[in-house]
Amino acid sequence: MATTSEHVRGTTYPPRRSGSRLVGLVSRVRELGLLVVLALILIIVGVQVPQFFTISNLVQILLSVSILAIVAVGETLVVLTRNVDLSVGSIVGFAAFVAADLFKQHPGTNLLLGILLGCALGLALGTINGLLVAAGRVPAIVATLGTLYVYRGLDFLYARGNQVSASDVPESFLSLATTPFLGIPALIWFAAIIALIFAFYLRSTRTGREFYAIGSNPDAARLVGIRSGLLIFAAFALSGLLSGFAGVLWGARFATVDATAASGLELQVIAAVVVGGVNIFGGSGTIFGAMLGAIVLGTIDNSLSFLKVSQFWLQAIDGAAILIAVTIDAFITRWLQRLLIIRRQR
Amino acid sequence: MKHIWKFVSAWPWETLLVVLLLLTIVLGNALSPYFLTPFNFSLMVEDFVEKALMALPMTFIIIAGEIDLSVASVLGLASVLVGVTWHAGMPLWLVIGIALVVGVAAGLLNGALVTRLGLPSLVVTLGTLALFRGLAFVILGDQAVSDFPGAFTNFGIGDVPGTLIPWSFVLFVLLALLFMVTLHWSWIGRQIYATGLNKEAARFAGIGVRRLKLLLFILSGLIAALAGIIFTARISSARADNAIGFELEVITVVLLGGVNIFGGRGTLVGVILSLFVIGALRNALGLADVSGDVQNIVVGTLLVLSVLGPNIVQRIQVVLSRRRLAAESSKQA
Repeated sequence: MATTSEHVRGTTYPPRRSGSRLVGLVSRVRELGLLVVLALILIIVGVQVPQFFTISNLVQILLSVSILAIVAVGETLVVLTRNVDLSVGSIVGFAAFVAADLFKQHPGTNLLLGILLGCALGLALGTINGLLVAAGRVPAIVATLGTLYVYRGLDFLYARGNQVSASDVPESFLSLATTPFLGIPALIWFAAIIALIFAFYLRSTRTGREFYAIGSNPDAARLVGIRSGLLIFAAFALSGLLSGFAGVLWGARFATVDATAASGLELQVIAAVVVGGVNIFGGSGTIFGAMLGAIVLGTIDNSLSFLKVSQFWLQAIDGAAILIAVTIDAFITRWLQRLLIIRRQR
Repeated sequence: MKHIWKFVSAWPWETLLVVLLLLTIVLGNALSPYFLTPFNFSLMVEDFVEKALMALPMTFIIIAGEIDLSVASVLGLASVLVGVTWHAGMPLWLVIGIALVVGVAAGLLNGALVTRLGLPSLVVTLGTLALFRGLAFVILGDQAVSDFPGAFTNFGIGDVPGTLIPWSFVLFVLLALLFMVTLHWSWIGRQIYATGLNKEAARFAGIGVRRLKLLLFILSGLIAALAGIIFTARISSARADNAIGFELEVITVVLLGGVNIFGGRGTLVGVILSLFVIGALRNALGLADVSGDVQNIVVGTLLVLSVLGPNIVQRIQVVLSRRRLAAESSKQA
């Protein structure tokens, strides 16, 4: 099923340069397609509503997808290894409440300490997921479906029906999300830096490539000596860590946090990853694609409010976007396979 | 005694579930004096009947090697349609008919995408989970319809005359029998197991794998819509957010019932026992004033343990047998 990872394919057919180049080209089709879709939305909505196409609104779009994007980076790591993490929404919500509550109870707390607490909580919860999947051999969908329940329940237990609102927390915590740096809010910088680090890691380091190998062909990966268990564990732990950090940012951005914060976020995250061309069976896809997926969904969301379409359409559009993306993928894959067969016959 | 041991070794998972159920009953009895009353049983059944209904086709689908995450959204969509069409003045039979037809259509969409395009059911039904729920919100927004006639709501909360058995439970028992006969005593059931164990082999054995799966998804949509009608009648309110998140619990019930997530293994007896375990557990915790979200901790833990437990047992067995082999070979040497 590995059709879009040109590197993995490339090594499978070393003598066929033209063949592997073809695969490389088609793998770009998805990301190019997304860019075209994005441009079309921007132009169409921009023509109808001039305020849509302003710098401040574009910044607004990026701001609204930043938290989603950070979680999507972790989800991409997990999905690449042929697993899935459904518990991210619960981790984000739990970390958001714990961090916000810390600043409510102890307003003088050092900002860094709060961030570290949220990250540590996320890492711990991600570690549990990783242990269940990698050491306990529990299928990822079962393990994270269970922990989705458990983490959210713990969040409720911890919150005891309380709520943290903007007036309860110090200004310094809230500014974590919005303080501009070079004219762009800090939140966007956080997301961009995390995405760049992991994009480089997956693209250009040995262990990064091993994530693709595990998802492409688990048996072959084991035979060539890749420590699959350890890397799958790491993917879940990192997904938890990034979700924990995203949770702290969630608290800072929305200020009003209760135990239901970020419910159902996992759906949007998986939508972004799948729309971004990361194969749900693992082994192919890029961080760049996942980010593009998040931005496209965020832009659709934003344009709905400009076009005065009811927000109730949002979820239906997210669902349709997932279905359209995987359907197009299926057709591209078929087309590609047919092309390769024709090439080989020549 | 001998018979009991025979049963235990033939049905280890079902035995475990019976033990769990007994423990839950002891716990419930300790938590509240009202737990072991017929009236409470009636409440428990009513509260759980929609999930129980959806667990039946879900068992088939998971045994066949697929999954349907969209069931609760189909339930919500059906509920909204019941509300809207009734509000528009349609007769009751048409209201119910439309909801069921839409359920079939929803299942058809899932099934077609999975079987015709070869897409993974996990992603397809995750997409339709959002799509169907989204459509429910598009149709009804944050409104609610609640002016249903007595004839309709009575079906949701009414009991068989002279007893405390809800009508919806009678329906469940009939359907459960039908599903059990189909799965365990008919060629369709054998085809479902064969498909889940090895799709390719099943195809070569002449089983119409694609048609079978398509039918299972349609069945799942139909039953989810039926559950939506019952849910709407029971709470006598049609809302777009009805039964949000139920899919997780339905899948938990099926997996705790001993059905393998990768397909091919599991029994409906296990699933029905598991339904009673989780239903009784939630009911007992509810009587002890534990909130639904905190109850979820117990349910989620049970789900993970239902897979982790057997894995650990198996691992220990492997280690022990290896040690025994090593000991024997060293003795020979």
